[in-house]
Amino acid sequence: MTNDIRLALAKDLVEALEQGKESVADGLLDEIAGLRETQLFQEVGRLTRQLHDTMAGFTLDSKITAMTKNEIPDAKERLQYVISMTEQSANQTLNAVEGLMPVSKQLIEQAEKLSEKWERFLDREMPFAEFKSMSSEIAKHFKDSKVSLLLVEEGLNEILMAQGFQDITGQIIKRVIDLVQDLETSMVELIKLSGGKGSEATVEEKNDLPGPVVPGVDDKAGDVAINQDDVDDLLSSLGF
Amino acid sequence: MKILVVDDFSTMRRIVKNLLRDLGFANTVEADDGKTALPILLAGGIDFLVTDWNMPGMTGIDLLKAVRANPDLVDLPVLMVTAEAKREQIIMAAQAGVNGYVIKPFTAATLKEKIEKIFERLDG
Repeated sequence: MTNDIRLALAKDLVEALEQGKESVADGLLDEIAGLRETQLFQEVGRLTRQLHDTMAGFTLDSKITAMTKNEIPDAKERLQYVISMTEQSANQTLNAVEGLMPVSKQLIEQAEKLSEKWERFLDREMPFAEFKSMSSEIAKHFKDSKVSLLLVEEGLNEILMAQGFQDITGQIIKRVIDLVQDLETSMVELIKLSGGKGSEATVEEKNDLPGPVVPGVDDKAGDVAINQDDVDDLLSSLGF
Repeated sequence: MKILVVDDFSTMRRIVKNLLRDLGFANTVEADDGKTALPILLAGGIDFLVTDWNMPGMTGIDLLKAVRANPDLVDLPVLMVTAEAKREQIIMAAQAGVNGYVIKPFTAATLKEKIEKIFERLDG
């Protein structure tokens, strides 16, 4: 088609030159040059598109490489950090609780002893000498209570502060979720780019223990016990 | 009454130990997986075993099977305290001879109830 046009234009050009029609010949030359330019532009366009696609594929490729090289190990570290933060917080809380248990136990014992004596005093069954010693015991109890309750307050504060991990670990986990989402998108694009074949392929199921049930994720199939009552029902159906 | 608490997370061991102490069982020992628990059990003197399921090294279910396979330990009461909640797993534990099964997260009341139930059965 283009050859026919060019041949026709060339013949017209020869005729115009032979007949000395300068302006017609110039016009025809412009037309032939224009034709060539259009073809050249088309070719350049095609090459540009090809280059663009290759570059896009390359960027995607390097994105995934960067993810596996940096971001995934980074995410592993982040999750490890979540473990150590939660452990630290649990220990902080447990330390406070273990420290306070004996304090409250001592207060309870003291209060119990005193209230017993107080009852006897109210029933007028207490000799004066014992009343005097009880008075000093009551004074001591008040003093001890204040010290103990200050300790309790301190411990409660400690426990309160230990809950700060939730905010931080929540943020870290959210970032890891974002990374997984990014990775998923990149993988899907890569599969599309490589022709979309094999998208039906299934990943072989791992035989690992399923671990904690995440509500809304692991309980869809109905094959898990959602709470202790579920476990108890199942066990009693087995004759437990 | 000496109780062995087996869990790979030290915080969980501490929680269980504290709850047991509240229930009046102050004499406890710890192990962080089945592999370290088994020699303690074989050495004797343990009256009750509380174990997690998912642990590196040797899992709780394998520990349970090892306990039931040993003539000296065959009657040892075993309470499983685990996050594993699949029905097939609970059935597997029951078939392996577990005495009680508590799923995490649990409450102090649940642990108390299950332990009391196990001892009630043993006495009766």
